Amino acid sequence: MLAALLVMTGIALALGAALGYAAFHFKVEGNPLAEQIDAILPQTQCAQCGYPGCKPYAEAVASGEAETNLCTPGGDDGARKLAELLGREFKPRGTPVEKLTTVALIDEQTCIGCTLCIQACPVDAIVGAAKQMHTVVSRICTGCELCLPPCPVDCITLVEEPRTPQNWRWKYPVTGLKVVA
Amino acid sequence: MISRLFRFRGGIKPASHKAESSAAPIRPAPLPRRLVVPLIQGSRGSARTIVTAGDKVLKGQCIGEAEGAGGTAIHAPASGTVLEIGRYPMAHPSGLESLAIVIEPDGEDRWIATEPLDPASASREDLILRIQASGIVGMGGATFPSHVKLGKGDGISTLLINGAECEPWITCDDRLMRERAVDVVTGARILRQLSGARRIVVGIEDNKPEAIAAMTAAVRESGAGDIDIVPVPTRYPAGGEKQLIRVLTGIEVPASKIASDFGVQCFNVGTAHAVCRALVHGEAMISRIVTVTGNVERPGNYEVALGTPVSHLLEFCGVKAGTSRILMGGPMMGFTLPSTEAPVTKGSNCIIAASPALFPPAPPEQPCIRCGSCASACPVGLHPFELYWLSRAKRFDDASKYRLFDCIECGCCAYVCPGHIPLVDYFRFAKSEIRALGEEQKAASQARTRFESRVARLAREKAEKAARLAAKVAETRAGLAAGDAALIAAAAERAKAQPAVADNDTSPTDPT
Repeated sequence: MLAALLVMTGIALALGAALGYAAFHFKVEGNPLAEQIDAILPQTQCAQCGYPGCKPYAEAVASGEAETNLCTPGGDDGARKLAELLGREFKPRGTPVEKLTTVALIDEQTCIGCTLCIQACPVDAIVGAAKQMHTVVSRICTGCELCLPPCPVDCITLVEEPRTPQNWRWKYPVTGLKVVA
Repeated sequence: MISRLFRFRGGIKPASHKAESSAAPIRPAPLPRRLVVPLIQGSRGSARTIVTAGDKVLKGQCIGEAEGAGGTAIHAPASGTVLEIGRYPMAHPSGLESLAIVIEPDGEDRWIATEPLDPASASREDLILRIQASGIVGMGGATFPSHVKLGKGDGISTLLINGAECEPWITCDDRLMRERAVDVVTGARILRQLSGARRIVVGIEDNKPEAIAAMTAAVRESGAGDIDIVPVPTRYPAGGEKQLIRVLTGIEVPASKIASDFGVQCFNVGTAHAVCRALVHGEAMISRIVTVTGNVERPGNYEVALGTPVSHLLEFCGVKAGTSRILMGGPMMGFTLPSTEAPVTKGSNCIIAASPALFPPAPPEQPCIRCGSCASACPVGLHPFELYWLSRAKRFDDASKYRLFDCIECGCCAYVCPGHIPLVDYFRFAKSEIRALGEEQKAASQARTRFESRVARLAREKAEKAARLAAKVAETRAGLAAGDAALIAAAAERAKAQPAVADNDTSPTDPT
């Protein structure tokens, strides 16, 4: 009887010590689930989901407080991937009509140099200074449209990224069935 | 000496259709009214224009400087006036436009003063610089800049000169070797000197006996028998770089490596010819030999000024009725030109006027039955049917695992497919999608980093501001505290000094 108690207590202590050691030494920084979700999100940082960026939204989804179908640029595809990852039921988002890669363009003639768009840009893609002309570094711009509302003179427009041989794509060779009757 | 030849895996033997265009000698094509010279001519970089509208230029004058290490220069193909620098359709399957310099020839065709560079006395650096400044890129079609390929020039033992020209219909290299063998041989010797190779092997498919004879004669006449002219069996794609290396040396270059890792370097005969023109004659690359064939009145090979619109060339050769589309490049690896206004560039080796009689429209696509014909025809040893399923299902990760990017798009699989599946179209589609996805992911990870560092910066700025505010408050408090003490002390001082005065002052009021 006593031997059994001692053995059980001993095992419990040893395992407890091992768990305590692991919890301390093999601690995972951050939330790995949020990282996985963040990897699926398109990183537009557009805040259309209601969270201030992709990472905050990923954290909200990971903690279960947000739905998986709030990401507009990700569309149905992204929502499906998130639902699959989390084992939740897929809820459609409504894919954007046509997925165009757009970038913001500042009309430099009209810009008054108020810096409001610079403060709004989530990826610091706009350069300029107070009362100096601003411009968008189009290579970095995600096309999130967050710079449009603050502009007092409406000098920012979204333009489609020009097609070059480098980003041009071959079309999908499968032709759909023709409806004949 | 080459003692034996090797076989590469797979391959096909399509009808060659070379006789149509190989009979007539190379003829000069007339200059068009306007030459459109695109700034992008090579696969690795572009040129930066150094002329403006209205400038008078001479034939062979540099009009675009090499931009960056991979760029190659471009030159005026004829003397005349620069009309504009604008966007024009490219010779590309997309039909996109690119920047081009438009020149109106003045008809005088005056050359700029040429400065030949003697390969025997000039230093290697000077020769390489001249090759870059002469705008020389690989003429086999890939347009890889030759100065980049020549690189440092060590570790190369064998220089291969590719005269295989395995694609059906194309005969420009054949005619070049027949008529300008001496220049090709001279260029090959210069390339050997630059690459540091010991021996030169010229591989020519055995369906070109005249070219083989002409090249052999040119080597014999120029003295030393230091160049092997080797007829290789006619089998498509024997002219692929890695396939030719396999046939001539037995080396199988893996997809992840390049030929120079194995001490072999391969140049097209056209490139060797261009190198000779650039160094021995001092003439920049301003024209190339283009095979015009198919449904035309006068098929043949033409010396065409770069920038000549394809429509002008076709008009000169007389396109017959019934032409349905224009192909650029061969029927196996070429593409349908979206616009015949596209100009001839350094990589345009062949223009084919296709008619339904010559190129019957493909029968309807049948389902794949996994017969495996494509796998036995694939010169790279891939399983095209697997890649087809994966590309069609858009399972791009799996397609990459099945080594989609090793595909050289030679078209053997589609040629042998009994179900007439346009396999290469699927592979091109999947490749461009994978590339685009990669770009998207790169952009996303960049945006993520930038967003995170912005959040971190804002947090830091907020903390700094709070710290500054706290410091200020503390300072004011401390100042106030110190100030209070001083005020109190001063007041106390005054209070201490006051009684005497107060006594004097208050005395008159005392009576009240």
